[in-house]
Amino acid sequence: MEPEVYRQMGLTDTEFEKIKEILGRAPNYVEVGLFAVMWSEHCGYKHSRPVLQLLPTEAPWVLQGPGENAGIIDIGDGQAVVFKIESHNHPSAIEPFQGAATGVGGIVRDIFAMGARPIAILDSLRFGPLDDPRNRYLMQGVVAGIAFYGNCLGLPTVAGEVYFDPSYSGNPLVNAMAVGIIDQKDIRRGHAAGVGNAAMLVGARTGRDGIHGATFASEELGEASEERRPSVQVGDPFREKLLIEACLDIIKEDLIIGMQDMGAAGLTSSSCEMAARAGTGMEIDVALVPRREEGMTAYEVLLSESQERMLLVPKQGAEARIKAICQHWGLEAVIIGRVTGDGFLRIKEGGQVVAAVPARALTDQCPVYQVERRLPFYLDDLQNRDLSRLPEPADYGQVLRRLLASPNLASKEWVYRQYDYMVRTDTVAGPGGDAAVLRVKGTGKGLALTVDGNGRYSYLDPEAGGAIAVAEAARNLSCVGARPLGITDCLNFGNPEKPEVAWQFYQAVTGMSRACRVLQTPVTGGNVSFYNETEGEAIYPTPVVGMVGLIPDIEKRCGMGWGQEGDVLILVGVTLPEIGGSEYLAVVHGLVAGRPPSLNLEREAAVQETVRQAIASGLVTAAHDCAEGGLAVALAESALAGTVGAVVELAGDLRPDYLLFSESQSRVVLAVPPAARERVLALAREKGVPAAVIGRCGGEQLIVKINGCPMFNLGRGEMEQIWRQSIPALMAR
Amino acid sequence: MKFGVIVFPGSNCDQDVYHAIGSVLCQPIDSLWHGATDVSGYDCLVLPGGFSYGDYLRAGAIARFAPIMPAVIDFARAGGLVLGICNGFQILLEAGLLPGAMRRNDCLQFRCQWTYLKVENNTTPFTGRFHAGQVLRVPIAHGEGNYYADAETLAELERKHQVVFRYCTPTGEVTPAANPNGSVGNIAGIINQEGNILGLMPHPERCAEEILGGTDGRELFASLVDWWQRGDCLGA
Repeated sequence: MEPEVYRQMGLTDTEFEKIKEILGRAPNYVEVGLFAVMWSEHCGYKHSRPVLQLLPTEAPWVLQGPGENAGIIDIGDGQAVVFKIESHNHPSAIEPFQGAATGVGGIVRDIFAMGARPIAILDSLRFGPLDDPRNRYLMQGVVAGIAFYGNCLGLPTVAGEVYFDPSYSGNPLVNAMAVGIIDQKDIRRGHAAGVGNAAMLVGARTGRDGIHGATFASEELGEASEERRPSVQVGDPFREKLLIEACLDIIKEDLIIGMQDMGAAGLTSSSCEMAARAGTGMEIDVALVPRREEGMTAYEVLLSESQERMLLVPKQGAEARIKAICQHWGLEAVIIGRVTGDGFLRIKEGGQVVAAVPARALTDQCPVYQVERRLPFYLDDLQNRDLSRLPEPADYGQVLRRLLASPNLASKEWVYRQYDYMVRTDTVAGPGGDAAVLRVKGTGKGLALTVDGNGRYSYLDPEAGGAIAVAEAARNLSCVGARPLGITDCLNFGNPEKPEVAWQFYQAVTGMSRACRVLQTPVTGGNVSFYNETEGEAIYPTPVVGMVGLIPDIEKRCGMGWGQEGDVLILVGVTLPEIGGSEYLAVVHGLVAGRPPSLNLEREAAVQETVRQAIASGLVTAAHDCAEGGLAVALAESALAGTVGAVVELAGDLRPDYLLFSESQSRVVLAVPPAARERVLALAREKGVPAAVIGRCGGEQLIVKINGCPMFNLGRGEMEQIWRQSIPALMAR
Repeated sequence: MKFGVIVFPGSNCDQDVYHAIGSVLCQPIDSLWHGATDVSGYDCLVLPGGFSYGDYLRAGAIARFAPIMPAVIDFARAGGLVLGICNGFQILLEAGLLPGAMRRNDCLQFRCQWTYLKVENNTTPFTGRFHAGQVLRVPIAHGEGNYYADAETLAELERKHQVVFRYCTPTGEVTPAANPNGSVGNIAGIINQEGNILGLMPHPERCAEEILGGTDGRELFASLVDWWQRGDCLGA
C-alpha cells in the first residue's frame, strides 16, 4: 500500500507499522480505514488518555463513570441521572446550522443509549467578536441549529453560556450537554454480550454523509477546511424523536442486552466498542445495512456518520418484538450481524470477508503519545504585567454600563428565546439564572444543571482556569440550593502535538482534578476536542464543566432576583485585589493579562456549604455568586432578575475598581429577610466563612457607595435596557 | 369528563397535556395514537404541540392526513369539543376546521417566551372561568405562529367574536410591541362559529401549576370541565 493512502486518512508511518504488527500482515484498504477512524484523536484519545487518568471518577453515588456512552449518578428513590457533554466544534465552524444540530442529536443519543429518558439540553458556546459578520453568521447558524434539533425533539434547552473572544474567531466552540433520567433497574450499557446474539441496526438509512468526520475533527482548521463540508452530517430530529420513543419502549419491555449510538465513526465504532467492552467479537454483513444511496462500498458503509442510527444487541428471541416496536414508530430495524466469541470485528459483504481485525486493537491498542510539555512563551510576560498602575476610571456608573453592554455579560435572551426551554413542563428555573432547576415529577426532588468555563482564566493560568471552572459550576448549583454531585467535561484545546498545548492541557486537567476532589464532584465522562486552531493559531484553552446537582426538597430552592423591599444583603466571602483576567480589565483597559483570581478550595467548599444550608433552612430569598464582572455586576444582575434595586455600602482599603470589579472566587451575595440576618451571619461564622452585611434591598435604583462615597446610582430600567439590547443590537447589524 | 390527547409522530407536548389534565385537573385522559380511527367515548379531544411528522413541509400539513383525522373531523362537526394547542392549532387550520393559515414568525426565528393574552370572548366552553378583557400570562414556543386570514375572513371572525385571545401588554393593551410573531390583529387563538373548536398558539399546559410560574392555563382546562359538568350544550 502506498504511504499516501494511509497518510491521507490521518495515520502516521509508525502507526501503520503498528497495525501491521498487530495483524501479522498488511491491512487491506477497508482495514486501514477502520484503524484510521478509531485511532483518530477524536475516537482514540491518543494525546489525552494518560492525562485524563488524573481525574477522580469515583464516589458512592456514581453508578457509571467514564468509558460508557454517558455517566450515571444516583439521585435516590431508585432513580438516576444520566448525562454527558460533547463538542461539535469543527463541523460547526464550516456548517454552523447542521454542525450544531447534529451535535445535539449525537449527545442525546448517548443518553437514551443507556436506557434513560432525555430530559434536558445545555450548551456552552464560544464565538469571535460580533462586529465581524462571519462570527455573527456562525452564532446565528449555531443557535438556529440547536433550536431546530432540540425544539423538534421536545427537549428543553434549559441553561448554557456564551462567551466572545477573538481567539475563537474561525474556530467557534459548540459544546452540547444532554441530561436524562432513568429508573436504575432500566440501565443498559453498550455491551455486546452473549455469543450468537444478533446485532440490529435501528433508525435511519445509511448514506455517504459524514465519512471521515472523526478524522476531520482531529486536524486543524485551515483554508482547505471548506472542502470538508461534505464531512458534516445532516440531522433529522423528527427521526431521532421516533428513535427515542422506540428505544425507550424496547427498554421498557426489557428486550435488549445493550445498545449504542452510531456517532463518530458510525458503524465501525459502535460495533467494535460494544464488542470490546463485553470481550466478544462481532460479525457484520454490510450488504444487510439499509442504504439511502446506491453503489456504496463496504468502506463507505462502515465509515458513514449518517445520523439517527442505533446498534442494538437484542436478547435472544426478542428480535421480532423489536421490529414490531420500531415499525410502530415508523422505523426500520434490521439484523446486520451477530455477536461472536473470537474477539474479532469481522466485516462481510455478502459471503465475502472484507475486513477482520481484533475489536480491542481498534479500541484499546490505539497508540498513546506523551508530548513534551513546555510553558508557553507568552505566559511569563502576561502573568507578570503590572496592573497596579492602570488609571482609575473617572465615572464608575459609565464603567458598569459598559460592562453590562459587554456581550460576555449582557443578557443572552437573544439566544435562549430561540430554544424551547419549557417543554416537558419540568423547568422550574430556566435560562438566565445561576443554574437551571428541573422538577422530578412524582417526587419532591429537583435537579440543578449548569455548564461553566472561562477560557480567559485558562489562557492566563490553565491550572487555575480548570479548577475555577469546577468551583464556579459547583457554586452555581449551590446558589440554587443544590448539592453538586458530579461533572461531565468538555476539554477544548489546540493542537496537542505542540508542547505548549500539551502543557496547557495537563495543567487544566490538574486544576480540575484538584477541585473535583475537594468539592466531591467526580468526573463521569466527557469529551476532548483538540486541534481547535485556525491557520496555526490556537483558541484559548477552554475546559468546560457540565455539572449536575440535587435539591432534596424542591420547595427549598433559591433564585437570584431580589424581590423583597428591606431584605438585607450579605456578602459571603472576601474580595481580594484580583483583576487579572477580569472582564473589567478586558472591557475598560483592553487587556487580557495578569493572573486569574486565586482559589482556596477549602474556603470555596465552606462558602458553598454555608449558602446551601442557609437556603435549606429557608433563610434566604435570593442568592447569586460573583463571577465575571465582579461584585458590581453580580449586584446589577440580581436587581435585573428581580423587582427591586438596593443601596449598598462597601468599605475597605482596596481601590474602588478592585473592590467593585475584582473577580475573586468563593463569593456569594445573599438577600435575607431582616429577621434571618443574625442566623445567616452565625451560620457563616460556624463554617469559618467571612460574611458581612453590605446593604439593603429596595427602590428602583442600584446605589453603591464605598466608604460613604457614592460610586454609582443607576436605575433598574436603564440597566435593563443596556443589558438586554446589547446582543440583539449587535446581531441586527 | 373524558379527554383524549392525540399523539402524532413528532408530537412532543402530548405528555405535558396528559399531565396537566390527568394529574393537575385529575380528569380521565387517554393518549390516542394517530393510527387510530375511532374517537368515540371522549368528551374532548386535544391536539397537542410539537413537530408532527417533523413539520418538514409546513407545520401541520402532513398531520392533517393522519389516519385519525377523519374521525377527529367527524367528532368536531358533530359538536365535540376540540382543543388545538400550538402544532395542534396549525393542524386544525390545515384540516380546515378553523379558518386562516400560519406563516413563519415575522422575526424568522423560533420564539419561546411568556406572553400576555387578552380574553376577548369569555362565553366559550374554554374560557368560562375568565372575565371579559382579563389578561392572562401564558408561554409560547413556536416558529410558525404568525396567524393570517384575508380581510373578509378576519372581518367575519371579529364580527362573530371568534377571536378568543389576543397578544397584549401586561395591562391589556393590544399593541404591535406585544405581538411576538406578527399575527394579524395580534391573534393568539380563535374558535369556530359553532364554538366547539378552539385553536391557540400559547401553551396552557405549561402554566397549570404554581411551580411552573403561573396557573392561568389550568383555568382554561377547568373552564372546560365546568362547562361539561353544567351539561351546557352548544347551540341549545
